[in-house]
Amino acid sequence: MAVAAPDTALPHTAARANLAHALKDAAITALISFALLLPLIGFKTVQNMRNELELETRIPLLLAIVAIITAARLFGSLVIEPWRERRALRPHAEDARLTALKTTFANWFTPFAMGFVLVYPLIIMVFFPQGALKWIDNFGIQILIYIMLGWGLNIVVGLAGLLDLGYVAFYAVGSYAYALLAKEFGLSFWILLPLAGILSAFWGVLLGFPVLRLRGDYLAIVTLAFGEIIRLILINWVSFTGGYAGVSGIPRPTLFGIPFNATEQGFAATFGLEFNPIHRTLFLYYVILALGLVTAYVTIRLRQLPVGRAWEALREDEIACRSLGINTTNTKLTAFAMGAMFAGFAGSFFAARQGFISPESFTFLESATILSIVVLGGMGSMIGVAVAAVVMIGGTEIMRELDFLKYIFGNDFDPTQYRMLIFGFAMVLIMIWKPRGLVGTREPSAFYKERRTILGSHVKEGHG
Amino acid sequence: MTAPLLAVRGVKTYYGKIVALRGVDVDVADGEIVTLIGANGAGKSTLMMTIFGNPRAREGSIVFDGRDITRLPTHEIARLRIAQAPEGRRIFSRMTVLENLQMGAIVAGDADFATDCQKVFKLFPRLEQRLHQRGGTLSGGEQQMLAIARALMARPRLLLLDEPSLGLAPMIVRQIFDAIRELNRVEKLTVFLVEQNAFHALKLAHRGYVMVNGVITMSGTGKELLERPEVKSAYLEGGRQEVEAAP
Repeated sequence: MAVAAPDTALPHTAARANLAHALKDAAITALISFALLLPLIGFKTVQNMRNELELETRIPLLLAIVAIITAARLFGSLVIEPWRERRALRPHAEDARLTALKTTFANWFTPFAMGFVLVYPLIIMVFFPQGALKWIDNFGIQILIYIMLGWGLNIVVGLAGLLDLGYVAFYAVGSYAYALLAKEFGLSFWILLPLAGILSAFWGVLLGFPVLRLRGDYLAIVTLAFGEIIRLILINWVSFTGGYAGVSGIPRPTLFGIPFNATEQGFAATFGLEFNPIHRTLFLYYVILALGLVTAYVTIRLRQLPVGRAWEALREDEIACRSLGINTTNTKLTAFAMGAMFAGFAGSFFAARQGFISPESFTFLESATILSIVVLGGMGSMIGVAVAAVVMIGGTEIMRELDFLKYIFGNDFDPTQYRMLIFGFAMVLIMIWKPRGLVGTREPSAFYKERRTILGSHVKEGHG
Repeated sequence: MTAPLLAVRGVKTYYGKIVALRGVDVDVADGEIVTLIGANGAGKSTLMMTIFGNPRAREGSIVFDGRDITRLPTHEIARLRIAQAPEGRRIFSRMTVLENLQMGAIVAGDADFATDCQKVFKLFPRLEQRLHQRGGTLSGGEQQMLAIARALMARPRLLLLDEPSLGLAPMIVRQIFDAIRELNRVEKLTVFLVEQNAFHALKLAHRGYVMVNGVITMSGTGKELLERPEVKSAYLEGGRQEVEAAP
């Protein structure tokens, strides 16, 4: 008995100390939140009938919110914290089965995802014929555009490590290049697509030159300014770009000259089908899918070539690069040019799909969205970027669909208004949970002979 | 005497207004191991970086193989087959050992990559075992071996080594110095070695220079320098007053 006593007593006192600590912690939380929220929520100014401002108190609401915060804090320190501590104490050796499962998942994820995006429109058309147009356009095409933009920016930010906050500028250049050239000269989408890419790449180099010596924060500020400059030019050069009104009536892409319309020469008539606007949507879906795959293929190939390796080395250590004989000037410029070119492709596709563009579409918010896709995905990881784009853009679109929330919160409730709040929250959570992004480990680009050398005995830590 | 492979003449280097090198003359002949020893902050690493054009010499000249490289950009100096294992190693920590070696081979090209790899693996067998491991996960000694191996992949005519012994266990230091000696003996590789570890460096080198406050105060063969009382007291036994008083 004497031996057993301390065993039972010890956890008991520990639990009591824990509870006291948690209560004290919760009390402090309650006090702080009360003090903070009193002016924010406790008081409200309202206009009365004579247009005078009156102070109104909302003490019940205030108390309710403080109570929720306190309860959450209490829950955190009583339930979540002990759970996390217990988990940290558990031996860290990973279950072999779990590791095997992870490997299988990693091996099969890419082919499965590829197959899925290939048949996605068909699945939608078979199972949801009603809203097929919306689901393929808003989800499929929209997300694929952002995946492509993310992959493009990934070259600049993820591989070369050059923080670019004005990426949307190149997207805009591509869009306007297609819109204006197609309207003025009647050139086809397939001629203008590479042209728009080249033009954007040219602008990428143009931006590259002045920022060659800059890195990190300074580079970010200059690229941010560049993005704004392009947008302001688009707004103010009214005779050329149409200013705020933008460019409308942009010619739609055709399938080898066959337009997607209801005329005799149209796609439907040519192939003896009944006219359906979904034909064009399907066509656009596979065009952007192909463009995205080209981006992925080029990036993967480039990573195995000296220029791609030089990008990654540049991210790691610029001085070492130079002393190994790499011309860092050219390396940076090619990174900017490549990234910009893919933005240009995506931009001209965007213009062709929308049929209408205006400076509204090319705000800083777009740059920030694309950058957060790259960062959330894990800098440099193609799969991670794609998943992040699906989550971010798909998430936004999903929020438009949550109509049932109106039954709960009333008719004025618009979930999309809370988009930024939810994204901010999600981003903070992901950065706590996975600070290096969804896919944080870098896939090596070179292997010697076969991968046989990666064996347990070789991967253990060095000692010496 | 034939012209030296590397001739540094009257080089003065500044960091802003602060003078780091006050007129340095150093010669490295083909096939030689030359060492430069000196205390912290004497300007040893600055000389090494100045040879690579970063920072640039404000006065004086640096001639490599009969060509003035004083004003060349760093990457073009590297393309003349001067390779460097720099201070702090500066390996690419997120890239694997193999990728680091590939980066080193940029100047030499990919044609003989496999044979060059075999050569450095013979020198540092540990690297072959760690081929697909990320550089940042290597131990300090292995990182230093990788830095030297990466420099060797360029098939250099002149190898600059900046404090390869820094922070390493004596056994690893001996391994690395043995490797340098072997390279010089078998491949006739010319080495310019900056070291604080004066004893080992002077034993290894054919000739040595002593640098104090940005000037060369002494030079001679390794053996000669080892026996000079000023060197002994300043770099081998602790005190440093005598050497600083010497100029």
